[in-house]
Amino acid sequence: MSAFIGLSSGETPALPGTETLMMRELQLPRRHAGVFFACLVWGLLLLPVVGRAQETDASSAPRLEAFDMPGDAGDSIGLRWPVLTTESKTAVYRVSLSKEQTGAFTPIAEFAATTHYETDISGPWWVWGAKRKDVHFFQVKSTSDFRLERDTTYFFQVTFSDGTESLKSAIVAAAPHANLLNWAKLNNFGILVAFGATLLVSIRRARVNPHIFLRRIPGLDAVEEAVGRATEMGRPVLYLTGSGDFGGSSDPSSLATIAATVILSDVAKRVATYGAELRVPHRAPIVMAVCQEMVREAYFAAGRPDTYREDTNFFISGDQFAYTAAVDGLILREKPAANFFMGYYYAESLLLAETGATTGAIQIAGTDAEHQLPFFITTCDYTLIGEELYAASAYLSREPVLVGTLRGQDIGKGILLCVMVIGTVAITLGEIFSVPWVKTLFQLFNDVK
Amino acid sequence: MSAEVVIGAWVAVGLSLCMYSFLYKDNPFFKFGEHVFVGVSVGYLLTITYYQVMTNKLYIPMTQQGKRWLLVPAFLGLLLLARFIPSIAWLSRISFAFLLGISSGLAIPRQISSFILKQVEGTLKPLVTVGDGGVAWMTWAGLNALLVLIGVVSVLFYFFFSLEHTGTVRRIARVGIYFLMVSFGAAFGYTVMARMSLLIGRFDELMLYASASYGYATPVLLVAMIVGLWWWERGQERKT
Repeated sequence: MSAFIGLSSGETPALPGTETLMMRELQLPRRHAGVFFACLVWGLLLLPVVGRAQETDASSAPRLEAFDMPGDAGDSIGLRWPVLTTESKTAVYRVSLSKEQTGAFTPIAEFAATTHYETDISGPWWVWGAKRKDVHFFQVKSTSDFRLERDTTYFFQVTFSDGTESLKSAIVAAAPHANLLNWAKLNNFGILVAFGATLLVSIRRARVNPHIFLRRIPGLDAVEEAVGRATEMGRPVLYLTGSGDFGGSSDPSSLATIAATVILSDVAKRVATYGAELRVPHRAPIVMAVCQEMVREAYFAAGRPDTYREDTNFFISGDQFAYTAAVDGLILREKPAANFFMGYYYAESLLLAETGATTGAIQIAGTDAEHQLPFFITTCDYTLIGEELYAASAYLSREPVLVGTLRGQDIGKGILLCVMVIGTVAITLGEIFSVPWVKTLFQLFNDVK
Repeated sequence: MSAEVVIGAWVAVGLSLCMYSFLYKDNPFFKFGEHVFVGVSVGYLLTITYYQVMTNKLYIPMTQQGKRWLLVPAFLGLLLLARFIPSIAWLSRISFAFLLGISSGLAIPRQISSFILKQVEGTLKPLVTVGDGGVAWMTWAGLNALLVLIGVVSVLFYFFFSLEHTGTVRRIARVGIYFLMVSFGAAFGYTVMARMSLLIGRFDELMLYASASYGYATPVLLVAMIVGLWWWERGQERKT
């Protein structure tokens, strides 16, 4: 954990008022974690006083500080300096960097003197404290021109220029270090713990009382009807898990794909029970392998392992429109009696659902891809909108664990709803009465991200 | 115009028309286009995966950069292939469990942050505007904030699953459905416009290839396809 480097008197001359600024330097996360609530209380009480204590600096040169940015992977350095009284709209600041204190400085950024303030920082208050409007802030990151190396000391200088004079700050140094913990996410951890506890309590209650009310979801009630219809007509049931994959954090489709595989298990159980045929074409090999396991287990659970066929799940192509063309062809040739479009979809949604509609199949879709939902709504008999897809497995199976989870999610939504209503009222009152503590209270909600 | 460009134009036009023939009905031209499309895409993706994953992300880092720890993901990947040997097929579940666990673990916090907490933050806006002239009660910004708040709250009510949708809850949820439908309508129009521009782009290319410099590729292939479809239909009729 590091804060300031190279601010010793040997490297950077002591500047008037530095001690005031140093007192308000970046507050280390470790300390914040320990005095979280104390900071909140004192922050509320002292905010107006602190606000008045900020004074613009009339000294000749910018009093520059450099520090390692907290909670990052060691790829950026923060610079800050109090505003100068001589600043104007035409004046500019130029930030220069060097790898050696006495080496040549390379300009890395230039911006208007009336921009880049501490208030622009998006970090939460428990890491950054009260952000000031009278202190400039600039975050140095790697660009195409230069790359910040982790644990390497860099030297910085800021030059103020308003056309008539050019003022240079002292040279300061800092090194970017990787931080083990990102304290800005502390609130996320808090929410995780609170939400996890709510879920566990809800699951426990669901186990004790398995008859928890779940509102009717027509799209899921129709699953039974769709499978029954396919059985009567002697035609297959087509189930698509979408174009998603288990791609992790960068993949928006992960959760919908997981939900689609879980629903497939329930649908496969019904198909096995009725003795119908199931067809599951895939775009993603990993999803296909998971679905194979799901379907096999569903057939075993339904007591019909003998009717399970390995080619129920089959791979077509990883390419979006090659897959779409092949599934469209399959729909036209095999004419499934029931089509399920679950998971995450892109532009292929309408092509698939429209083709299915022309064959007269009963169609049930479910996705959280909001741009594709309109197409499913217009072409399918039933559509599970967004979270209904996640609720489907609990609704279909009525497993206490899943139903309890759903109940816990509802409680979480209720809390969020209250936060939004109370937060809006708080910020509105803060605006009307100009009460600082109301604005600070708003920050409680605002930084929950 | 070089021969390669002209041949490329003919192939592009031919395959485009094959796919568009689907608008008529399922036919041999569409089947041909579909199978070529699937075959080429699988072959292409296999090659890309081999070079980008097996070579660039595994072989080169291991042999040239000394990243021996990559043996762990490589081993997990190999376990997936155990599915082909029934006696040890269960080993593949280790990799699947890892994949599902890691993807859920990475996706859930991101979803919570992006789709819940960020949305909450965006909803928290003052309903009034304070300026030099004092408090302005009815402003567009305030009205917008109120509309967003009502929309978010009512839509959230719709997604309460363990709450019976009767009485007041039903009425609020109903308002939520209206908000959803308005947003879906807007998304529908927006996406259709985007698709139209794609269609125009395709037609633009077909018209370009209809010129003499490309050997009248579009009209020639279009006529050939119509004749072919007519011939195929006659064959179908004879069969029946």
